[in-house]
Amino acid sequence: MTMNNTEVHTLSDEEQGLIDQFLIDNQLFYGPDPDIMRNHGLAPRSDAEESILSSDLDLQKVNMVRGRLTAALDETHTMVEQMGVAPGAKWGDLVTAIFTANGDMAQTGTFGIVVFASVCQYPVKFIKKYWVDEDTVGVRDGDAFIHNDSRYGNIHNTDQSLMMPVFWEGQLVCWVSSTIHEGENGAIEPGGMPSIAETKYDEGLKMSPFKIVENFKLRRDIVTFLQNSVRDPKLQLADMKVKLHSILRLRERVLAVIEEFGVDYLQGTLRKSLEDTETEVRRRIEEMPNGISRVNTFIDGDLREDVLAKMPMEIRVKDSRMIWNLKGTSPEFTNRSINVVMGSLKTCLLTSLILYVWPDLPKNQAVFSAVEVEMDENSLVNASDEAPNAMSLLPIFRCFSMPPMTMGKLNYCMPNRYTAINANTYSQPATLVYGGLTQHGEVTGNFCADINGNGTGGRENKDGEHSLSPVFGYMADTGEMELAEEELPYIRLVAQKLAKDRVGFGKFRGGMGYEQIATVKNSTEFGFMTGQCGSKHPSAYGLFGGYACPAYPMARIKNINIFETFKNNPEQFDFDMITLMNERKITDGDYYVQDAGMNFELCNEGEIYMICQGSGGGYGDVLDRDPKLVAKDLEEELISPDLAEDIYKVICDPNKFIVDEAATEQARKAERKARIQRGIPYDEFVAQWVTPEPAEDLPYMGSWGDDHSTLIVSPPGEKRYSIPAGSAGVMFSNPKDRRIAELEAELAALKNIT
Amino acid sequence: MKANITEYLRVNLDTEQWECRSCNNELAPARGNYKRGLLVYDRDPREIHKPLVDPKLYDYTFSPDPAYTALLEYYCPHCGTMIETEYTVPGHPPVHDIELDIDDLKKKVHAWGDIPDTPEIPDTPIERHVHNH
Ligand SMILES: [Zn+2]
Repeated sequence: MTMNNTEVHTLSDEEQGLIDQFLIDNQLFYGPDPDIMRNHGLAPRSDAEESILSSDLDLQKVNMVRGRLTAALDETHTMVEQMGVAPGAKWGDLVTAIFTANGDMAQTGTFGIVVFASVCQYPVKFIKKYWVDEDTVGVRDGDAFIHNDSRYGNIHNTDQSLMMPVFWEGQLVCWVSSTIHEGENGAIEPGGMPSIAETKYDEGLKMSPFKIVENFKLRRDIVTFLQNSVRDPKLQLADMKVKLHSILRLRERVLAVIEEFGVDYLQGTLRKSLEDTETEVRRRIEEMPNGISRVNTFIDGDLREDVLAKMPMEIRVKDSRMIWNLKGTSPEFTNRSINVVMGSLKTCLLTSLILYVWPDLPKNQAVFSAVEVEMDENSLVNASDEAPNAMSLLPIFRCFSMPPMTMGKLNYCMPNRYTAINANTYSQPATLVYGGLTQHGEVTGNFCADINGNGTGGRENKDGEHSLSPVFGYMADTGEMELAEEELPYIRLVAQKLAKDRVGFGKFRGGMGYEQIATVKNSTEFGFMTGQCGSKHPSAYGLFGGYACPAYPMARIKNINIFETFKNNPEQFDFDMITLMNERKITDGDYYVQDAGMNFELCNEGEIYMICQGSGGGYGDVLDRDPKLVAKDLEEELISPDLAEDIYKVICDPNKFIVDEAATEQARKAERKARIQRGIPYDEFVAQWVTPEPAEDLPYMGSWGDDHSTLIVSPPGEKRYSIPAGSAGVMFSNPKDRRIAELEAELAALKNIT
Repeated sequence: MKANITEYLRVNLDTEQWECRSCNNELAPARGNYKRGLLVYDRDPREIHKPLVDPKLYDYTFSPDPAYTALLEYYCPHCGTMIETEYTVPGHPPVHDIELDIDDLKKKVHAWGDIPDTPEIPDTPIERHVHNH
């Protein structure tokens, strides 16, 4: 045939086959595979699955197999938790999981962190696609593969997974995995979550899936290479062993199931669980009313500078289709660390359904396979492979809190509710990341357990729970501080004291967070980092008239030695962050309150660092809160008397906690009247209040309003511009360069004056 | 036929109107944005989330920064119930958060039959990590 006057030779099937094979054989680099990374659906049934599922499976037996696998997953979970060396392992930031032979994540244990397992489908599928037929690698009985790079499917590079194929009579019948939030990974800052990473090469270990176990044993040469690449070689070795032994046990249990029930029951159960889950999710979607629900959220910092990055979510339901749309999100920050890989983000959206909307569903990948997702390319939630994503948690944590809000607005009308509608759980990774030299002379880096104490949102039928669990998993916990203090030179002066007055107010209030005050002793080389936003714009919103959590900065007192203070002037210390910072009684200290994204710095012995875990959002109108519950909040010292009166309009004796009901009724009536007086009709309000673009000096990123085709880009220190959505990321200048330029300008101005 | 849509909003499917569940008054046509039937107040977020550390000493106080945060309060014009809050950016168009297909809702509600005013909500028992070491 001819095209543009050029003779085009049509290839025969054989020729095309040769070219395809040549290209496959000569691929320069097996990078992250978009065919794998962009597909969150289930793999098609394999021939084996097809034949098994078209036969009559005995459902009693299927149920027994599923129960046996659950027991095996719980057993191996406990093994990792008991033996794991990573701090995260001790608080439940781990999972063991089983995958179909095709790599679909089919089952986790009762306590496992679902995102970790679900995100592992990608590397398993990569190994299957690339290493099975690669004669220099191969996938054989006794092999296991390690992986941590998010670009091949991971939440962030601080988590490490070990994945093992399970063979039966020479056939690969399923995969098992074990994942831990390890912490240290050799990144530019210690602890595994570097906030200052400007390129992916600052993120430390970047393991594409590779073989590290042969004949059921770790390869010591490769282990040594990995140990040599991180600040905590002991941790790296120990936890690889722990993960290996957990998957060996899991493999043993799986083989026992096969021996007892037959391999068809194993594979049939795994596949059937997935297909049944997908069917049930489709049924639930069809049950929902058709409609659209939207929320706009805003991330107020990128851990290097203040920015205001929009991250909206729209849910559209139309019959059996449900579409989750994140278009309009800020462009990716190509040299900042808070970007997310699309595939990872989807597994968090999946988990939010399990945690906050349909908690009765089985924990597998099919929970999300029926949901369609729309995102812009080169956006914060769908970043390019070059963009760093070490602190992806900032947008990711939002993926757990936005769906319950949007789904809640469509689900509230339904007579059949699967759980209570809830306001946002606090959505920041609020913790001290640490690193340096310990009192035992060892180098380390990791993070503290307080990250797992987010307050949950108020619900339609009760208050949120205080400091319950991380936003990504109700099953995780906050560990023993004393154990950590034995190993590390940090000391907790105040631990897990509920942060008074920091609450999402509502008819049902959010559960509150706690304060942490930490210092360092017996090390001259140890320091901290924090990686949160939400210091200017609240990160957990209220629902149906409830208020959000407050903003949370962090605080430091430098150039003191609190141990000297304890010895000489103990009266200067107070077990309360607010009092310490307001009264400034510790003499000669330098007092700072700053945004909660603090890059790593050394903490000299006795200097103190203070952070807050946050509150969930409130549910419903504050004037509808039962006055007795407000009195209880006062009695429990959750709030100050002035807040009871100002916010809740509850008149209460602050000493006896007895409500003056008549006065309260009157105050609330007056407030309702005042609202009607000060409120402006919506159309009139919009006409006068809405502006064509954000305030000139606001570092705003993302769409403005509902038109998501154009994104506003306002990098600090540069002129604002617009781009077509999805077209490009944004590069930032160095904040220190901007500060130097500012100071030079000031200096020049001063010189001109004199 | 009626459907409760939020804690404070209901759609009357016969009149096709949004109604306030606190005072039962009509607010706006159900096929449109319920917010158009409400009053809005641009609340200084520092009045609700009061500074806890001294604003004279520090820039960050636990209050949201009003340059970064607008707090819109939506009130029922009849009874003054705060039907919704919206945390947004100053000047950003308010979000149209609930857009229902009223014809589909009529079909669904008809099929569901009587909806109890407070539906039974399962408290799914969850097993948490047990601290045992
Ligand atoms: Zn009303």
